[in-house]
Amino acid sequence: MLKIKNLQASTNGKSILRGIDLEVKAGEVHAIMGPNGSGKSTLAQVLAGRDIYAVTSGEVTYDGQNLLDMSPEDRARAGIFLAFQYPVEIPGVSNMYFLRAALNQVRKHRGLDDLDAMDFLALVRQKMKLLDMDETLMNRSVNEGFSGGEKKRNEIFQMAVLEPRLAVLDETDSGLDIDALKDVANGVNSLRSKERAIIVVTHYQRLLHYIVPDFVHVLYSGRIVKSGGKELALELEEKGYGWLEDTVEAGVGRSAGL
Amino acid sequence: MTAVKDTQDVYLSSFTEREKDFAAGPAWLNEVRRAAIHRFADLGFPTTRHEEWKYTSVEPIARVVFQPSPRDSAVTDTGALRRSCYFDLDCSRLVFVNGHFNRELSSLESLPKEVHAGSLAEALAGGAPVLEQHLGRYADFQDRAFVALNTALLEDGAFIEIPKGLVLEKPIYLLFVSTAPSGGQASVSFPRNLILAGRESQATFIEGYIALDEAPTFRTLGGGLPSPAQHASPSGPDGTYFTNAVTEIVAGENAVVDHGKLQQEGASAFHVATVQIQQERASTVSTRTFTFGGALVREDLNIVLAGEGANTSLNGLYVTFDRQHVDHHTTIDHAQAHCDSRELYKGVLDDHSSAVFNGRVIVRKDAQKTDSKQSNKNLLLSEDAVINTKPQLEIFADDVKCTHGATIGQVDQEAIFYLRSRGIGRDEARSLLTYAFANEIIDRVKHAPLRDRLREALFVRLGRGLRRKEA
Repeated sequence: MLKIKNLQASTNGKSILRGIDLEVKAGEVHAIMGPNGSGKSTLAQVLAGRDIYAVTSGEVTYDGQNLLDMSPEDRARAGIFLAFQYPVEIPGVSNMYFLRAALNQVRKHRGLDDLDAMDFLALVRQKMKLLDMDETLMNRSVNEGFSGGEKKRNEIFQMAVLEPRLAVLDETDSGLDIDALKDVANGVNSLRSKERAIIVVTHYQRLLHYIVPDFVHVLYSGRIVKSGGKELALELEEKGYGWLEDTVEAGVGRSAGL
Repeated sequence: MTAVKDTQDVYLSSFTEREKDFAAGPAWLNEVRRAAIHRFADLGFPTTRHEEWKYTSVEPIARVVFQPSPRDSAVTDTGALRRSCYFDLDCSRLVFVNGHFNRELSSLESLPKEVHAGSLAEALAGGAPVLEQHLGRYADFQDRAFVALNTALLEDGAFIEIPKGLVLEKPIYLLFVSTAPSGGQASVSFPRNLILAGRESQATFIEGYIALDEAPTFRTLGGGLPSPAQHASPSGPDGTYFTNAVTEIVAGENAVVDHGKLQQEGASAFHVATVQIQQERASTVSTRTFTFGGALVREDLNIVLAGEGANTSLNGLYVTFDRQHVDHHTTIDHAQAHCDSRELYKGVLDDHSSAVFNGRVIVRKDAQKTDSKQSNKNLLLSEDAVINTKPQLEIFADDVKCTHGATIGQVDQEAIFYLRSRGIGRDEARSLLTYAFANEIIDRVKHAPLRDRLREALFVRLGRGLRRKEA
């Protein structure tokens, strides 16, 4: 579904991603872990098409299409969803209006008719329940005045409504209490299926108790330096990220031919 | 080009010519007229050296010789007017065509008998004594050339009196329609309104100024984002005309008054207006000003909190394109203690348009416990748009709360990306965010039909800007 080859990206002339290789197949859940500043969020944003990052090298294909050529909205319509680390507040635009506009765009792309108001409402209610969200949030402006937890729930709620094929969760767990974490994980797990893939970007192993990944990758200094199964996450939890430094620096030295 | 001094003389000689007609009116009014024209003769048109007109040059107005609009002005195409989205706002309606009252287009059937609402000219001819007591007593013309000119040459407008304790359910709508001038003859009208809301009364007044050919026709509101294609609207006539309006409102003790102003003049029109509001003890006034049309626009809104415990809220929205210039000057005069004022004006500026916001708040020595908040927020859609925003606080009391602030910004790129990442296209995202920014003011309009039409008008205006960018 998603193939990333030697992806390099920079912002303001500063190189952040320095050669990412990753393949994600339908039905898989991948966790990308790493210390702060390793490039996790950049990778997530580049996949969604954020233009403050310049892709300087490499390629990304999604279902065989060149993803990097697609606009953010086309990526979304094609089924890519980014749950933001810091969801944006949009005063004056109601959640309801926003989500319905988004859903109808996605449906249009899938060759479906617009959902009428009643069906939309029914869908919204069902998904809100899944995330234990207060229904009054729907009539409020997008994320405006939401608590940190409400914002993160709202991201996963949007995801549940839009039913993407490839979901990228950018530190959705950070700042959540255990109840919210469980609700969010519940929302994500409800979407797990053979047709979908999920990339969970996280600093902590905690979320991976609830969303159990098939693969774990360690991102360090803009590269994936180690990949493994779910047990790798536990290893990281135990050892922290410090131990990486020595091994990786040595590894980088080798690949550079030193 | 005619020199400015010459056109001033044209107004003066026009006054002399018309004094014969005026003579038929009440003597007290003629005295006021003469004082006003003398004042205008002394003041002349303001220039940008005048502090109050620093960013707004009225030279384009002062250079044109406008003819008084003919008394028999009539709408030739009443169908077009009736189709205008601004015609039927589910209100009692007083219609003025090129400044003159038009009974056929007006609709006053649903007004309670105790309410007086009609033509000011007719009331003056009928010699209503209350007029002498109020007309021209609030809108001071000593330092205001355009108020002086209006006062000297006023002919018609609305005179409304709401008796004590009466609660009016439907708003009264004062609709001033300008028809495209025929034969390229630029005309001027001097609408003059006097509204007296009695003690403990409650009423809503809406002033509308529209060019017949500019007003979008009503389309059933549908869901969905504003899309340019849906909003084909006729391009305006190349007709220049000038509206110089003055409205005086008195909110009696404990009265609740809502005032809306919708300005959708023609693309080449000049609109200079003063709304002067006098608030008595414990009265509550809300004003909502929407400035969409006109080439050169100046709106003065002056509120005097003349009695203790009065509350006032001022909201304004201006949306400008092309080379439009709009200038809003507001003054809130806290003359007495325990009064609250809340003010929020928002602007959306595109192309080479420019705008001025000058918000003056005066807190007099006796106005202790004043609570005043003022804010002006602007969204610039183009690098060539210009906004001059200036809060002006003059505080002479020592126990007051006063805040003010102004912002100028562009559409938030992070918000655009957020919307796009959910499948909403770039132009739609931009349009949606701009709409949301402006809609905050429209949301504050209580009368639903007006609120809907304003949203419609905003769609049209934002759609028009978008369409041009695509072209």
